[in-house]
Amino acid sequence: MSTPRPTPLHDVHSAHGARLTDFAGWHMPLKYTSELAEHEAVRTTAGLFDLSHMGEIRLYGPQAGAALDHALVGRLSAIAVGRAKYSLLCDESGGILDDLVTYRLDEDEYLVIANASNTAVVLEALTARVQDFDVEITDETAQTALLAVQGPASQAIVQQLVGTDEERAAIAGLRYYACMPAQLAGLTVLLARTGYTGEDGFEVYIGADQAVPLWQALQSATEAAGGRLAGLACRDTLRLEAGMPLYGNELSLQTTPYAAGLGRVVQLGKPFVGQEALAQAAEKTPERVLTGLTGTGRRAARAGHPVLNAAGQTVGVITSGALSPTLGHPIALAYIDPAAIDPTGEGQSLQVDVRGTLLPFDVTPYPFYKRS
Amino acid sequence: MANPADRLYTAEHEWILLAPGAELPAEPVRVGLTTFALDALGDVVYVDLPEVGATVTAGDACGEVESTKSVSDLYSPATGVVAEVNQAIVDDPALIAADPYDGGWLFTVTPQETAKLLTAEEYEALIA
Repeated sequence: MSTPRPTPLHDVHSAHGARLTDFAGWHMPLKYTSELAEHEAVRTTAGLFDLSHMGEIRLYGPQAGAALDHALVGRLSAIAVGRAKYSLLCDESGGILDDLVTYRLDEDEYLVIANASNTAVVLEALTARVQDFDVEITDETAQTALLAVQGPASQAIVQQLVGTDEERAAIAGLRYYACMPAQLAGLTVLLARTGYTGEDGFEVYIGADQAVPLWQALQSATEAAGGRLAGLACRDTLRLEAGMPLYGNELSLQTTPYAAGLGRVVQLGKPFVGQEALAQAAEKTPERVLTGLTGTGRRAARAGHPVLNAAGQTVGVITSGALSPTLGHPIALAYIDPAAIDPTGEGQSLQVDVRGTLLPFDVTPYPFYKRS
Repeated sequence: MANPADRLYTAEHEWILLAPGAELPAEPVRVGLTTFALDALGDVVYVDLPEVGATVTAGDACGEVESTKSVSDLYSPATGVVAEVNQAIVDDPALIAADPYDGGWLFTVTPQETAKLLTAEEYEALIA
């Protein structure tokens, strides 16, 4: 393994006592103090995250939208300038290479955000898929920092960084899954109302060389509002409560969008890589479907734990699980044989083998947590 | 944070309230986790302790400590019968990290023999 890459904010994290971890080849803050306190801060006020490990790939040219329509399962050409869309990059057999958020910056310009662990794969696949289109593709990951402010106070926090009522109104008016160019603390950024926590929040893209002053401004405003610096540990429990899949856990090359409950993002009425396989998959019941489970007590089911039916037969496997910090009981996502699940989807009793102990879990629709 | 010198430690980051160099007492003694272990684990959300009356074996797993992200086995520093478990930390595992060397103790055991134990100084050399 090579040495993990530092983000542009590495020294700031160290100075604030972050516990750093190697995540997808990057040296990332796992937490600053307590991951439970950071989780709660995002649910009640706000948390400030460094997500500079995420990949940023820019597509520019008259056929940028058409190229993405061919490369991804969704119709990216149909989204308006200033809007974002969640989509998937699938292979020819319909397996998921990555899940992505794509922003339309201009008529001819898109910014694709890849998971850190998949940035190289996404860049390679997109480059190959768009070569017959009139579009330029650039990997801007190394030159770009991504900071996220997430939580109910995030709008007020971001508004602290602008000087005029007009700018404050523009921030308030920015819709979920929309983006706009902005000046925050005098710095030029792309401000997006997106996130991975189940709360209102903003993701802020900025040149790597300006990440530190932006972080300092956001940190001051976040802490003044009662929020905290937040690491990847709480990001995982936040996204799990919000029922958001994580690549490598819920999503993989062995998973189709239909099995993962993401059939809604697939636009079969246009040609794209993987369309044929996915058109066939859409006609069948998947062998396993992503399913929410909740337990009682405090003992969490974890990724890899077998799921059994009442008769003791293995019917699935846990992909993510934790004791939900917000709800106080165990929650999990699992791939389960749909034949083992009551069609109503609720109240079905299963068991999870937690290191040799069978614990009861109920099938529960996810998201487990929805902001009020 | 300094590990108190009034007790002994395992390489698995538990402490046992045995004075260095002293004979094994006839009364139960407390067992707990070090700040190093707790820092590495993250916030503890669930603790599975041996039952009162159970015999635990030095160096063997006798329970589990779960944080939001991970599960670690708890190893007994001594062989003996469990006399008491700390119900307060079972009910609120955050109390362990709040006071790891005193109020955050896990269980008590009447020690018949021990695993290889380290003084505070030796333990700190190990984790340095």
